Formats: sequence, C-alpha cells, structure tokens
Amino acid sequence: MSDLKIVGTSVPRKDAMEKVTGAAEFIEDRYMGPMLYAKMKKSTVVHGRILSIKTEKAEKHPGVKAILTGKDYPNMIGLYLIDRTFLAVDKVRFWGEPVAVVAATSEKAAAEAVDLIEVEYEELPGVFDPREGIKPDAPVIHENLGNYEIVPIFYPTPGTNIANHFKIRKGDIEKGFDQADHVLEKEYYVPQMQHVPIETHKAAVQWSPDGKLTVWSTAQSPNVVRQLLAKSLDLPMHKIRVISSYIGGGFGCKAGASIEGLLVPIAQKYPGHIIRIVFDREEDMQGTFTRQALFSKLRTGYTKDGRITALQYEMIWDGGAYTEYGVNIVRAAGYSSTGAYDIPNVKTDSYCVYTNNSIGGPVRGFGMCEMQWGIERQIEEIAKQLEMDPLEVRLKNGMKRGSTTASGQVVQDVDYEKCLKVVADKIGWGKKESGKDGKLRGKGIAGLVKCPAQPSNAASSAIIRINEDGTAHVMVGATEMGQGMLTVISQIASEALHIPVDKIDIKVPDTDFTPYEWQSVGSRITYTCGTSVKRAAEDALGQIYRIAADLLEVPQEDLSYDGKKVYSTRDPDIKATIREIADSCKKCTGEGIAGPIIGRGSFVPTNMTNLDPETGQGNPGLFYCFGATGVEVEVDPETGVIEVIQLASSIDAGKAINPQLAKVQLHGGTIMGLSTALYEEVRFDKGIMLNRNFTDYKIATFDNVPHMDSFIVETPETKGPYGARGIGEQPMIGVAPAVANAVSDALGVEFNSFPLTPEKVWRALKDKK
Amino acid sequence: MRDKKIIKFTVNGNSEEREAVVGETLLKFIRDELNLTGTKSGCEIGECGACTVLLDGKPVNSCLVLAVELDGKDLLTIEGLSKNGELDRLQQAFIDHAAFQCGYCTPGMIMAARSLLERNANPNDDEINEALSGNLCRCGAYQEIRDAVKDSAKK
Ligand code: FES
Ligand code: FES
Repeated sequence: MSDLKIVGTSVPRKDAMEKVTGAAEFIEDRYMGPMLYAKMKKSTVVHGRILSIKTEKAEKHPGVKAILTGKDYPNMIGLYLIDRTFLAVDKVRFWGEPVAVVAATSEKAAAEAVDLIEVEYEELPGVFDPREGIKPDAPVIHENLGNYEIVPIFYPTPGTNIANHFKIRKGDIEKGFDQADHVLEKEYYVPQMQHVPIETHKAAVQWSPDGKLTVWSTAQSPNVVRQLLAKSLDLPMHKIRVISSYIGGGFGCKAGASIEGLLVPIAQKYPGHIIRIVFDREEDMQGTFTRQALFSKLRTGYTKDGRITALQYEMIWDGGAYTEYGVNIVRAAGYSSTGAYDIPNVKTDSYCVYTNNSIGGPVRGFGMCEMQWGIERQIEEIAKQLEMDPLEVRLKNGMKRGSTTASGQVVQDVDYEKCLKVVADKIGWGKKESGKDGKLRGKGIAGLVKCPAQPSNAASSAIIRINEDGTAHVMVGATEMGQGMLTVISQIASEALHIPVDKIDIKVPDTDFTPYEWQSVGSRITYTCGTSVKRAAEDALGQIYRIAADLLEVPQEDLSYDGKKVYSTRDPDIKATIREIADSCKKCTGEGIAGPIIGRGSFVPTNMTNLDPETGQGNPGLFYCFGATGVEVEVDPETGVIEVIQLASSIDAGKAINPQLAKVQLHGGTIMGLSTALYEEVRFDKGIMLNRNFTDYKIATFDNVPHMDSFIVETPETKGPYGARGIGEQPMIGVAPAVANAVSDALGVEFNSFPLTPEKVWRALKDKK
Repeated sequence: MRDKKIIKFTVNGNSEEREAVVGETLLKFIRDELNLTGTKSGCEIGECGACTVLLDGKPVNSCLVLAVELDGKDLLTIEGLSKNGELDRLQQAFIDHAAFQCGYCTPGMIMAARSLLERNANPNDDEINEALSGNLCRCGAYQEIRDAVKDSAKK
C-alpha cells in the first residue's frame, strides 16, 4: 500500500473555506419559508402524575397558532427500547420534561404563551440514585416496562426499574480467583456530564399538502430519524425527507432521534409552514441526553507477578428517566468490561436503571470512559500493592494480536504496547521530577480501547456519479459535525478513482437524495462509509474500463488507467480521456456504448454476531481501536489545584487517511477528556439539574489547555479501507484515569471518582494526613 | 407593536440605515435583519463567545449588546474579513492549521483573534489564552487556534 497518493496526505478540509468565512450553513442559517416558532412547556416536578393541563389562556395569547399536549400526541419513539413519547402523557418522569408545546408567529409570543399554560401535578416519590432504584421496593418509574417494544438483545425486568441487565460469564470466575495470590476490590463513581456542543439542538418540520414531511435537523443520523419517525407516525419512508446541514458539534447528543418529531402534528395543521424549535442552552443541558452516571464495584484477582486472573465487575448505571438509547451503552460497557486487557475469567453484571434524573444517553466514548475509569484506576492500585511499575502491569496484561475480549472476541491488528510506550517515552516515564514552591509532581498513564457500539447489521452505502468532464459527485448519508467526514471520504474516493480531491464534490446528507447510512456515531464512518465509497469507486472504475475497452476496441486486460486517461498498454497512443469516457461514450460510427457512469457501493459487517444472553459471549466489535494517554501534573497541596505539565495521547488509527485531521481529532478528544477529568459534573438536587449554563458548568477553555503531544500509531486494520479504523471518540477515554494516576503518584492518595476538583484533591490530602 | 428606532451604522464597510426593534439584541439583528448568518449563537447570555463581532474595532458578545446601540457605530462581522474573495491572513492560517472541527465557534474565534492581533501584533501563548478565554470551542481546537494566531502574526 506504499503507493498511496491521496490517502495519508493532509489535504485541507473540504469545508474549510466555508467555515472560516461564515458561509457554512448550519440549520439555523437556512431560510426555509414562512415560519412558526415553537417553545416547550416543561415539567416543574421530577416525578408526578399529570392531573390537568389548562391551555385556554395560552390559546388566546396574540400570535399563538397551536398548542399540543401529550394527550393529543401519544406516539412513542425510541431506538432500542421504545419507552418515550414526544410529550409526557399522564406522567412526568424528570424535571424539565416537555408536557406541551406552543407554536406562534414569534419566539417571544410562544415563550409568553408557555407561561400561561397551567399544569397540575400529583407528585410521586422519586428515585435519584440507581443503587436505590434497583431495589425491589423502589418506586417504579415505568409501570409499562413489560409492554414496551424492544430490540431483543436487551433484557429489562418488568415491574422494576431495571431497563437492561447485561451479563458476561467468561471462563471460570471461581477458578480465576483461586489462581490469584491477591484480590483487590474497590468502588468507583463517575458522575453525569453534558456534551455541550456550542450549537444546541435545533429542528424544523414542514408538512406539504400532498402529505410529505420534511425535517431539517441537527441530528447526527438523518436515516435513523427517518426510520424512527416513519415508525412512530406510521408513515412510509418515501414520505419523509430528513435534511442535514453542517452540525456544530455532536459528541453523541445528536444521535438517534430527539426533537424532530415533536412538532409534526402542528405542521400537519399548517401545511406549507415551517415549524421550528431551537433549544436554548439551558434546555440543551437539561432536556437532552446526559452521560449516565456509573456506580461500580470492581474486584480483581492477580498473581504476585502482576498477572490478572479474574475480574468481577458490577456496574449500576443511572439511565435517567428514559433509556431508549442508554440500554445499549450499558451493554457496550458490559461486553468490553476488561478494557484493553486480556483477562481469562470474567463475571460482569451491567445494569441500566431508571431514575428521575435527566435522560441518559450516548456521549463520546459510549460507556468506555466510565467503565475504563475503574479498570485503569484499579491496575494502578494493583501495581502499587505489588510495588511494580504500572506500565509493566499494563504491558503484561494488555491485549495483543490473538487476545480475547470480555465477550470472547479475538482481536487482531493490535499494537497496544506501542500506544503505551510512545506516551510513556514522551512524558519521561520512570523519571521523577520535583515540583517548585512546595508543589508536587507526578506522572500517570492509562490505556484505552473501544469498538463501535452498533447493531451487527448497521449498514452503509455510497453513490459516485462521474460527470461529463470527469469530475465526480460522492453521495453518502454520513453527517459532518466537525469530525472531517467530507474530507476523509473524498480522499478515499480520490485514491480509488484517481480523481483529485478538488475535482470531487461531496455534501452533507438529505435522505431524499443521498443513500442510506445507519448513523454517524461510534467512530464508524471512516470504516463503514469509507468502505462503501471505496467499493463505489471500484464499481465506477470497472465501468470506466468496460466502456474504454469497447470504445478503443482493446481487451480490458490490456488497458491501464493513469487518472486522466485509459490507454492500451500495447500501444499507449490508443487512448481515451476520462472525459471522453464519461461524456458521450460514442464510437466514431455514432453508435452509443454506455450511459453515464454511476458507481455504487454498500457495506454491512460480516464479522459481528449476536451475544449469548446468559454469557454475553460473541463478536460485538466491528473493529477495536486502542490508544493511551500520558500525563504529568504538578499539584499544589495547599489549594488542591492541578496543573497539567505534559499531556501526550496516542491512538492506533490503522492508517490515518488525513494525518492532520487525525491529530486535530486526537487533540480534541484529549481536551474533552481533560475537561471531564478536572471540571465537568452535572449536579442534581433531587432530580433538579443545578448547573445549566457555562458559568455553572465549566468546560476547558484556552487557559486550561496545555500543549499536547500526539502520536498516530498505524497498525493496519485488515478489513478497513486502506487499513483505516475510526478514532473519533477514543482519545477521551484514557485522560481522566491518566490524570488521576498522575495526581495519585504526586500525592500518594487514591481517587475513585472524578472530576478532580481542587476541593476533592485537597480533601483527599487532608484525609491522608 | 414593539418600539422601533431608526439606526445608522456601517457594516463591513457599507453604510446602512435600518429599523431596529428596541430591546432586541445585536446578535438577532445581525442574523435576522442583516442576514449575516456567519455570526453564531451558542448561549445568548455572554458565556460562549460564538457571537463575537467587532464594534468600533472592539470585540463584543453581540448577544449582550442591544441592536439600537449600533447607532453611529462601525460593525465588522466574519463576512467582512475577506476582501474580493481573498481571505484575511488569519482565515488562511485557520485553514492551514485546521484550527476547527465543526466550525461553529470559528467566526467568533476569528473575530476575537483579529482584534487581539490589532492590539498586539505578536502575541505569545499566554496573551492568546487570555484574549480568547471567553471563546469556547467544544471540539477542542485550542492548540491549533493558538498556532494559527501566532502563525498569522508572523506573516
Ligand atoms: S451567544 Fe453570545 S456569548 Fe454565547
Ligand atoms: S470547532 Fe467546534 S466548537 Fe470550535
């Protein structure tokens, strides 16, 4: 593969010019037509029965066009466990749950009318901690759990708050503990966080007089929005069109379907009008997916030379009020529950539990940050107990080619060792530095792994149209939320077709025109969409050869293609330019040969399987991406303030299609990880979210971000396009444990939860004394 | 129904006279009345910097300024940076360093950095950090943005 020309080069982003000039269109920048503006009436109680909703006053408010409540619109929606309605019906289950929606001629009028709606509730006892919620006598949040439609790979317990119980039984756990010389057991906690993309959730819908629904949305996955709406509204798919724009950051919060369906009945009442909803920052914080909090208990058995023989992991996840998506995170964390390590005997129980906190859902890492926090902290403690180098314990237990995951899947194409070693070398592992002015220095490392959490039949497809002048249009259903899809997919097409990147046009999706893509989630697009595009390019290339053979009257095997023309290898003067082939395709006699060239390619995984319901054994991973983080910190023992001195990240991209973009992605994920390690925690007071803006919910900004070093490791993914695998989410996973390991190294104290706020660090030090 | 006021101002070099609704923010006015949608909204309470524009050369969060305050002033938005299709060197540096991912914070980021460069032709990391600390980038392009700002200063 050494003769790659475009793949592996850092061509500028396809969307660069638009994004630096302000021309890039995000949803809210599009003029769509006559608009009505919608605002939601939100629940003021965390758990309660709706006794009455009085809308009369609001209806009379000037400018108001329509008001909708859950009674008028009880349709259900969801991806995995269909437990949600667009608007609360009979009951509210979290604070801020939408109970009604108003559409008016201005946003202001809609907001004023919302205040005029009166809702009466009968409050019910709430569940705010999943460890309480899992108990048999806890108040039940979804009485109807047993009747919900569900993808049969999830296992709820009707009559309780358990929305999913995922199990791993690998090897023989008793035997594993018997073989151990030591056993360590710890509890860990990871709080909720929010994605806070700078662009909030937005959507608009229009109903045309002929019964077609058009949706504009910030959704990461137009095809899934279409699929879920078709089901929820009982509409055929060709009557729903979902249009994407550039997305101002996703990180998982815009996966699945969210607010798109909310306004459909209003649109039906006003055909031709566009009904729009824009979440404000507070609504985005409180009303969209949060990362599920995790309470876990991890027990490992290990030998005196540091080999882990048994791992028992109990994870209790705060699924929040609805777990339509969250059940799958709990499953993913379960089937990956040994992290980046090859452990022969495993028993895992991962529970998704309903509570009356905000809805839980996908966030960059999809359960891996939370689950691997425990693993990476515990390995550190094992090393400490044994007085061994934590890096050595990682290397000793780390996965290698041929290792098996918790679900028994054999991993190939792995060089975890290299990922660990590059960051260790970079931060000067093993050399202890001393801090200045009484401050204490420490170093920490953590590893990571993640596979895309997707159904085994999650498909992808691509169409390539070759124009009359030899330029091309690449059509895919993947979205562009900053990850660089447009650029990377163009590069793959360019490489395969020998057409320069700047002669390739690619757009964000529109389900009426672009082919199917399951979802732009799970760091899967480079692999899945990339494979489809490569196949479509090869298909187009095949057509080019066939037409050229006919046109030039030369057998195909004697033809060669140099990117500009197809020529006979026997007589290079016998040639046809790509333009001639793509254009009229006529022989000199005037007889036609073939019509325009349209390449098609599609992809569905062939290496994934269902998992055994009792043991969780099987192949859930499309590919596994490994990496590591190394950190050096300086801590002020007086204040507990952590300064990050060095931050190094590595990721095994298989093959970086665009090294510059891969590094930017690696940096971005590392910073998000650092931000969660040090600052981020959504705080609730009995279900009421307290920090709902950027002042109260701090994220990393310029002054908190040190210089970073990044390393792209390239162990080719055998089946990936040009050896590539996805890397978008992964860099985040190792950061929090690496920081904690470094702080722990500096201070000699343990941390079982993050963020490591100054207060937490200071208290830990105080308790030690 | 709502009070309106005639305001005169220049925007990206052009003189304009428009009606502005009293009480409406400059951000809304820029986006909805001037149709300059490059300026973005991320919080509307002055916390994210996505709406940064230059008012008489100074960076402001346009969500915290009233439209009527534009009267008699000079407004520069992201659309006014490139001249005759030619990018400002800071814009080019953002491309060269891939100093964004989603690009949603980028217009505000570029405007804030532009103003920094006007005050300080050669800023160091600390000065950049300080000047841009009100501009959030959730995609985390901070390092690349710093590099882009320094690089464009060099030229
Ligand atoms: S929108 Fe103005 S600062 Fe966020
Ligand atoms: S590039 Fe996405 S927020 Fe900055």
